[in-house]
Amino acid sequence: MISVEELDQIAETVRTERAQGRHQINVCVAAGCLALHSDTLKGALAERAQSSGISCQVRGVGCMGLCSAGPLVSVEPGAILFQKVKPEDADRVLDSLKAPPAKQHTDLRQTPFFKRQFNVVLENSGKIDPENIDEYIAEGGYRALFHALIEMTPAEVVQEVASSGLRGRGGGGYPTGLKWGTVAKAHGTIKYVICNADEGDPGAFMDRSVLESDPHRVLEGMTIAAYAVGASKGYIYVRAEYPLAVKRLERAIREARRLGFLGSKICGTTFEFDIEIRIGAGAFVCGEETALIASIEGMRGTPQPRPPYPAQSGLWEKPTLINNVETFANVPPIVRRSGAWYSAMGTPKSKGTKVFALTGQVKNTGLIEVPMGVTLREIVFDIGGGMPEGRKFKAVQTGGPSGGCIPEQCLDTRVDYESLKEVGSIMGSGGMIVIDDTSCMVNVARYFMEFCMSESCGKCIPCRAGTAQMYDILQRITRGQAGERDLELLIDLCDMVSATSLCGLGQTAPNPVISTLRYFKQEYLEHIHAKRCVAGECRMAATQAARS
Amino acid sequence: MTQAMEVKTLRIDGVDVSARADQTILEAARENNIAIPTLCHLDGLSDVGACRLCLVEVAGTNRLFPSCVTRVEEGMQITTSTDRLQKYRRMTLELLFAERNHVCSVCVSNGACELQALGQSQGLTHIEFPYRFPQLPVDASHERFTLDHNRCILCTRCVRVCGEIEGAHTWDVMGRGEKARVITDLDQPWGTSESCTSCGKCVEVCPTGALFDKSDVGTRARKHPEFLTYLNEMRGGQS
Repeated sequence: MISVEELDQIAETVRTERAQGRHQINVCVAAGCLALHSDTLKGALAERAQSSGISCQVRGVGCMGLCSAGPLVSVEPGAILFQKVKPEDADRVLDSLKAPPAKQHTDLRQTPFFKRQFNVVLENSGKIDPENIDEYIAEGGYRALFHALIEMTPAEVVQEVASSGLRGRGGGGYPTGLKWGTVAKAHGTIKYVICNADEGDPGAFMDRSVLESDPHRVLEGMTIAAYAVGASKGYIYVRAEYPLAVKRLERAIREARRLGFLGSKICGTTFEFDIEIRIGAGAFVCGEETALIASIEGMRGTPQPRPPYPAQSGLWEKPTLINNVETFANVPPIVRRSGAWYSAMGTPKSKGTKVFALTGQVKNTGLIEVPMGVTLREIVFDIGGGMPEGRKFKAVQTGGPSGGCIPEQCLDTRVDYESLKEVGSIMGSGGMIVIDDTSCMVNVARYFMEFCMSESCGKCIPCRAGTAQMYDILQRITRGQAGERDLELLIDLCDMVSATSLCGLGQTAPNPVISTLRYFKQEYLEHIHAKRCVAGECRMAATQAARS
Repeated sequence: MTQAMEVKTLRIDGVDVSARADQTILEAARENNIAIPTLCHLDGLSDVGACRLCLVEVAGTNRLFPSCVTRVEEGMQITTSTDRLQKYRRMTLELLFAERNHVCSVCVSNGACELQALGQSQGLTHIEFPYRFPQLPVDASHERFTLDHNRCILCTRCVRVCGEIEGAHTWDVMGRGEKARVITDLDQPWGTSESCTSCGKCVEVCPTGALFDKSDVGTRARKHPEFLTYLNEMRGGQS
């Protein structure tokens, strides 16, 4: 069993190594840069460094955020960031170790993309080797677990999390402390903790990035949660489309077990907890908690009516705590620093920070973390760098297929659960897609409806048959084959499907239609009456086009 | 039942009723002769809350509650039939009719179909949504029964009766969304199923003409779901 002193020792060893004056060359090996062959690049850098006798350490690290400029390489000390590095650029990177960096390597860290962010969840991303537990420990990792297990009662941990004001980062925004308290108070000796890593929104990759870049943070958060609610077994439900995240999690779990952060007698106490990975089979609906639980139980992943809520009767009918990856990732810093520290960030009702996957028609795409309360304008135009040349901003889509499109006039909306809801969207899990004037809003709605239609589990009628009818109507509108009555039917269906569907998937499936109708109704009407698509994206039926 | 069960009093459609704490709104309503339309529910089987026809309004919240799976609570004020609910119910039925190939006039269950009866009782005069006309197979490989996917509404009564009552678990559901369909064994032809006992329970509980007895065609299209109450009673009184 590892002690706090040994923990300090590991941290000290890592720090001493770093302080030996050797440069560190950090190559991003998260999925985005890896897809651009950053592993080959890492090999080339190590080889060139060795053959030219330069003393430095070439490491793989997690996501640095600016995915559009990948593969990314950072050099420490000096905090120089190189973008779009190819294996043949190895010498150029190594040259920067000798002399002050040449002008072409402007330090990207000083750009608004990085300066406007504030990292809590991503504090270690891009800085540590995700496959080495020692590096996590060197950054203060697993201290929170020791602190919780040795110095706090489970009730105090729940209290600390409650006082932080943390709310569910999967999108629902349910107060995390309240959920933990409910599971802690639920009757029963067997309880479970589940981490929902079935991230499925189009354009969202926050959870994947956290798991690939800093997996121990999630394990630590889950273990603290298990202690707080009295669980001895945990599951991470991760989608099969994330093989790298699974690989790093498996490794992290092995290392955590080796050092006694998982298993029996954790941190030398009597507390027992272990984590298993469960891999999803590709169904979006399995991100819905009751469907996810059914899937872990080995059954068809379909949602069940709630109540009973998982907190009372979840996995194998036992009280179950289920939180999203990002929620668990927020826990170690909250326990380590205090709930008050966390709640000092953000707005009155939404505390802390939020990670977003910024994608679409914006200059800087990638992974960002901002304090709650920043405006959408700051995200899109400062951090995102605005539109590509010659394009005009049209809308920003948040919350994936359950969310909505926010137009220009609402860009000063603050990022918090309530404000986003007011303008017809939701916080969601963190997907943020910027849409410019070359995209047709009816087509955007059609795209999301197609997604919901094919991801509906088919259990309840409104979602199964309603999304199919809505998709057909949207299809007819984009083809110039729809009439006024179709629009009325569409609006009726939006109301009916959201009011009567069994689970969140169906209840929120009409949202992209409702929000585009709210702000871009003109586009719908032009498609219907003038058979014209202002963005030029929809191809109207030949006969109709000829008439107009 | 030796343990005393708590009793709740509530109001359904303006009528004061009492119910055991473990009863659902649907049970309490039906005991008091208040009709709530249902399709996936069948007395004697577990409830799944899938058809959404039994949704009711509860005072104090805008949310709708599926009465088949919602337990009664003290002081609840429930309305089972409002303009809004009736509109949703008609739309739900319309969506069902338009989803697959429901043509009453050529159906074995014409006149003995729960979907058809609901359409009539809910005042459905026409289907506004375009029919989707999916191409669906018919499995007539079983020596006694036929499965016609064109008439299936995915209520999963067959799945439940086979698993819960017969204990064979021949039926299950595969596929997602509009592509979902009921299957026998691992999507093998029904006639080759090794788990099917040919008991016919699935056929008797099927609300439409999706499952039918070949010998009944043209002679006796009536279904007999009432066997279930009797069987459960004989087996030890579960209701």
